[in-house]
Amino acid sequence: MNEFAQALDTAVSLICHLDAELREIVFLSLGVSLTAALLAFVVGAPLGTALAIYRIRGKSMLIVVANALLGLPPVVVGLAVYLLLSRSGPLGSLGILFTPTAMIVAQAILGVPIVVALVHRIMVDVWASYGDALLVDGASRLRASWPLMCIGREGLLTAFLAAFGRAIAEVGAIIVVGGNIRGYTRTMTTAIALETSKGDLSFALALGIILVILSMTVSAVSFLLGRVLTGR
Amino acid sequence: MKRLFSSFCVLATIAVASLSAQGWAQNQSQNQSQNQSIVVASTTSTQDSGLFGYLLPIVRQKTGIEVKVLAQGTGQALDTARRGDADVVFVHAKSAEEKFLAEGFGVKRYPVMYNDFVVVGPKEDPAGIKGKDVLTALQTIKTKAAPFVSRGDRSGTHIAELKLWNEAGIDIAKDHGSWYKEIGQGMGPALNMASASNAYVLTDRGTWLAFQNRGDLAILVEGDKRLFNQYGVMLVNPAKHPTVKADAGQRFIDWLVSPEGQSVIAGYKINGQQLFYPNANDPNA
Repeated sequence: MNEFAQALDTAVSLICHLDAELREIVFLSLGVSLTAALLAFVVGAPLGTALAIYRIRGKSMLIVVANALLGLPPVVVGLAVYLLLSRSGPLGSLGILFTPTAMIVAQAILGVPIVVALVHRIMVDVWASYGDALLVDGASRLRASWPLMCIGREGLLTAFLAAFGRAIAEVGAIIVVGGNIRGYTRTMTTAIALETSKGDLSFALALGIILVILSMTVSAVSFLLGRVLTGR
Repeated sequence: MKRLFSSFCVLATIAVASLSAQGWAQNQSQNQSQNQSIVVASTTSTQDSGLFGYLLPIVRQKTGIEVKVLAQGTGQALDTARRGDADVVFVHAKSAEEKFLAEGFGVKRYPVMYNDFVVVGPKEDPAGIKGKDVLTALQTIKTKAAPFVSRGDRSGTHIAELKLWNEAGIDIAKDHGSWYKEIGQGMGPALNMASASNAYVLTDRGTWLAFQNRGDLAILVEGDKRLFNQYGVMLVNPAKHPTVKADAGQRFIDWLVSPEGQSVIAGYKINGQQLFYPNANDPNA
């Protein structure tokens, strides 16, 4: 129990004297994970919508695949991205291994199946309720997809936040492709892994507490933003 | 409604972009002011012991080189370098380093420093190994089937541990029971596990001194000359991987083995205790 009290204490003092290194780590975590979630959303949302409203051959198989990939272990994605981006790999000439860019790529890949699966689920319902009406109005399925996404926007926001949640919380992929380099690719989660391995458990837990607060802030801000913008 | 949603999207995009731009700007400014940055694949012991945290700011100040450290364990560090993903390797397993050189992946091996391994275990020492030489200690642990945590990750410490079992006349790969736990993780996690389960474990002294979750563990075996732990540094061969930053990498190595670098290494202490002993001028190290 002592560790928890000590961790809370450390967390509070860390937040109070937000030092430069911690600030850098927090910004990198947020920057990488938000960008990755946005990328995953931009790729995944249209795909999920298309799967819901079009009659595509092999559609059920794609849906099964997207749902199965929800369980994709981050370390496997990390390893695959590592092998692709390594100097000896096919994309080695890009020279982006062990950079924040590589971390964004890995986390975006992890996020896409989440967005596809969630958006598909939401859009199936929306399509069932409004699809016929839109088609009767003379809109094509392509034209209908935008108003449908507007109707389902709260669900879409949830999909985005789910992708962000997976990204900000994972350590397996980014520690492999980022290398946990101090001041360059060290994020909240890789710092927590490092402090744990140094045996400084209460400090690691304190960082974990800050991560949860951060995650809650992002979720609250998106919620409020969504509310303000839809005028409710 | 439609306009509201699109303006929401735009705002969200701007928020994300500005946040990440801030992150980029920081990284960019760092890269530009120190365009001489190299990637050094090294071991968990050099990082977990705090050596790099102490050493690298001095390196940057003296040589202008920004060192990005990958703390990986010797086997993995050498593999990273084999793939061309690091410029310099800084590890501790002479046999593995010499193999790396023989394969043509390294240019030259420079001895840098040494410390030693110690066997730590529960203070009450249920197996009774305290003060024994390391081979007798290992034989006793096996006979009594006392819990022992092994790194199991092809790291320098794991390679050293396997060599010691071998010298003790025990074929540990075949001849071990549930008392021998191969965890496949770094030194810190191995110590955490030993601390949580009151097991014995072989560790380098540096990581042990910096480790903060000791629980009831204490050093039981030390000072045996078989526990010597040599660190070496090598530039990755630019002939194998043209992307290697040979110039900056070699300057980093030259500084490490220079009298100045060596005295800086000797100056790293925790609670007044020196962690690493420079020996770049020992040709046999």
